Order: sequence, then structure tokens, then C-alpha cells
Amino acid sequence: MSFLEVKNVTKSFDNKTIIKDVNLHLEKGEIVSLLGISGSGKTTLFNAISGISTPDSGKIILDGKDITGKPGSISYMLQKDMLFPFRKIVDNVALPLTVSGVSKKEARKKASALFEEFGLEGTQMQYPDELSGGMRQRAALLRTYLASKGVALLDEPFSALDTITKSSMHKWYLDIMEKIKLSTLFITHDIDEAILLSDRIYILSGVPGNITDEIVIDEKKPRSNDFALTEKFLEYKKLVVEKIAFT
Amino acid sequence: MKRKLQNTTYKVAPLLALAVIVGIWLFVCEGEIVPAFMLPSPVDVFTAFVNDFPLLLTHAQITLQEALYGLLIGIAFAFIIASLMDRFQFLYNAFYPLLVLSQTIPTVAIAPLLVLWMGFEMAPKITLVVITTFFPITIGLLDGFKSVDKDQVNLMRSMKANRFQTFYIVKIPTALPSFFAGLKISASYAIVGAVIAEWLGGFEGLGVYMTRVKKAYAFDKMFAVIIFICIISLLLILLVALIQRLAMPWLRRTKQKIN
Repeated sequence: MSFLEVKNVTKSFDNKTIIKDVNLHLEKGEIVSLLGISGSGKTTLFNAISGISTPDSGKIILDGKDITGKPGSISYMLQKDMLFPFRKIVDNVALPLTVSGVSKKEARKKASALFEEFGLEGTQMQYPDELSGGMRQRAALLRTYLASKGVALLDEPFSALDTITKSSMHKWYLDIMEKIKLSTLFITHDIDEAILLSDRIYILSGVPGNITDEIVIDEKKPRSNDFALTEKFLEYKKLVVEKIAFT
Repeated sequence: MKRKLQNTTYKVAPLLALAVIVGIWLFVCEGEIVPAFMLPSPVDVFTAFVNDFPLLLTHAQITLQEALYGLLIGIAFAFIIASLMDRFQFLYNAFYPLLVLSQTIPTVAIAPLLVLWMGFEMAPKITLVVITTFFPITIGLLDGFKSVDKDQVNLMRSMKANRFQTFYIVKIPTALPSFFAGLKISASYAIVGAVIAEWLGGFEGLGVYMTRVKKAYAFDKMFAVIIFICIISLLLILLVALIQRLAMPWLRRTKQKIN
């Protein structure tokens, strides 16, 4: 049995079915991308998995437990970093701890211990508006990590960044994931990003949205950005483009 | 450097305008274009202000007390109403129009009623200040609560935060800027509200003193009180601005960065 299982999830709004019978699974420590063109129901699926909304039918099972419609087990991160402008970075990052009842001092200490690893050293007492976009996303990922009970959902986390920052964030992300081994479902519409970062790629397409294909990226880890320049990468890209075009 | 220069110009400009207006006033009075019993000269007003200063201070103590108590109760009241209206949509729907309507009632019209109901002591004055000040604060808070990003509330839910946590971790800090915007308006209303209530009955206070000097046709003293009221209103607004700066340190830092 897989760590996270999404079983036959269907969700409609206003009598319009957005996603239908979506099935996917995620193993421990795995990074799996969900690649979808816009309008394929990525966000709907995302809300259903994170428990913010309850699917019309189907189940979300985490580590053997049914968590359908129950928020709190899966942490997530969006394109918007959603750092609160009025909280210092360390307090933003420590928010999941504070919410679960850890004292402010203790929460700060715990969060602070991870700052260096995430490349955030020295920003603890700054406010979010004082940080660059890339740094803010790092802080957001650290918060997501602290909120997670093993699985994180990342919804296009790097898509608002400029190309150069994005590329350096990819490198940073690959490094950090090697260390923290966070099982991640990574939603994106960027094919290169999906191939570079994931162990597997699901293609979500059609109306209503459904998983139409699964591609395993068989490339050893740790990977570097250079992977994107290899012949093999291009082969994968061709394959993905074909599958998307075909559907 | 250029910015600093600009800032100085901004500060000098209103002072210059004020000087010009006082200059014209002086000219009109000293040139006897307007008779002295109708418009006292700025010199007379200044003399009255200096001579009456100790008296003004004693009266101001009462008025300030009424204004501050009223303002504090108004804030508490606004906070409770806004929180409940934010929590329960039907309360919002039911009371929002009534709140707006309540502001169309002229203050001067209810002040005598309040005096009749509550007597000549501080109670009716404080009540009037509450009535005039709670509205801008309530609206400020409500707008602030409504401006919270839905995704931020979802984020809190994903962390299993309860309603109360979401309220004080997200909603209150988000609402602070518009709360203070409302509070600044209310602070300026507070003194005036107390003065108006004092006009209609009382033993002490700037409003009582005002009616007294009016009856004596001491226009120079009258002007001195008006100026005094302006000054304490301004000081109160400045105090609010100071508290605002202290309450929202993140805005200060950001501004520094932009500059």
C-alpha cells in the first residue's frame, strides 16, 4: 500500500464535473509531479487532497488513514508565498507550530534551527517584504515542511519567479529535498520543471480532468540542473509533449 | 537628499499658508475693516489664550476625560460589534444598514435628550462621544476583516487552526491599518463630541466654558477656546499616529527599504 492514495476522486461545481475518477499514489520520499494544462482541474484536485474541500465521491488515504475532507494532515504551498506581512520570517515559518500549541519561544527555536539548511540564515527577524521572491518561497517551503505530517502539496510554487531565480530555486529545491526527504506532490504546468524535479509525472487532462498518463523519470538522484541539458532529458520532454498533445 | 528637501517643502507650505491667513486676519482687524466686537484681532486672541491658559487647562481636563473614556468605550464597542458582524453574516446583513442609518442622526439633536436622560454629569457626554466615535472604528475593522485573503484563511485551516486562532493570528493584524484609519477620524470627533455635549448642560469642561464666554460676548476668549480645542484634537490624532507606528512595526521597516 502506498503512503498517500487518491482513490476515484470526483468533484463538481454547479453541476459541472471538474475532475472525474482521479486515481494516483505517492510513495514515501517520492516527488511526483502532476502536469496539467490550465482548466484541467489542478486546483480542484489540490483542494480535495489537502482536505480544504470534500470530494463528491472518492477517498484520500494517508498512511492507511482516511483523511477525506479533513484538513490538517497534508501541508501545502502555493504560487503566492502567503507569508503574513505582519509576522517576522521566523514567526511565519513557525506558524504551524504556534497553531498546534507550541509556545512562541519554543516554536522560534525549532524553526530557527532549520534556517541554515534552507539557506535562510540571518533572515529570522526580518519581515517578508524585506526579502526577495526566491527567499520568500524558501521560507514558505520551510513553513510547509514544518506543517507537514509527511506529505506536502506544492501548487506551482516557483511559477511566479523570473527564469533565473526559478532555475536557482530548482537547484536549491533538489538539494533540500535530498536532505529532508519530504514526500511531495508537485503541481505544475511547466514540462521542464516536472521532468527535472520528479520521480514520476502524472498527466492530468481532459474535461472533466482525469489522469491520462504516467511517466517514470528514471534518472538517479541527486540530480543537478545539468540534467536538463542531456539527450535523455529531451527524450522525456518529447514523450511528455506527445502524451499531452495526444489527449 | 532631494527627498529630504521635498519633505521640508511639504512642511513649510502649510505653515506659510497659515501665516498668510493670520496676516490677512490681522490686517482686517487692525485696519478696522471689521469692527472689533465682531472679529477679535489675532493679538487679542493670543492675549486671551495666554491669560486664560490655566483656566483652559482645568476645563480641558474634564473634556479630555470625557473624550478619552468615550473613545475607549467606543473602541471596545466597535471591536465587539465588528467581530460579531464578521463572525455571523446574518448579523452583518441585519445591522450594517442600521449602523449607517445611525450616523445620519444629528449629534446636536440627541445631545439634549441624553442630558435629560442621564443628568448633568459626565455620563451623557461620554455616551455622545461613544455614539460619534464607534462608527468609523467599526467600519474600519469590518473592512479590515473583510480584506483578509481567503487563501490565507484556508492556509490556517490546513494547519488545523480553530476560528479563534485564525481571528487573532490573521484577521486582527490584517485589519490594523484600516482600524487605525478609523481611529484617527474618531479621535478628531471625540473632543468635538464632548464639547457639543457640554454645551447642552454641565458644570465644567471646555464646552461649558465656551457657552459662558459666548454669553459674555467675549469673542477673544471664544476664539482662544476654539484654537485650544483644535490643538488638543491635533495632539490626540498625533498620539493615535504614534500608537499606530508602534503597533505596526512591519510597515515602518518596509517604508525604510523603499526609501
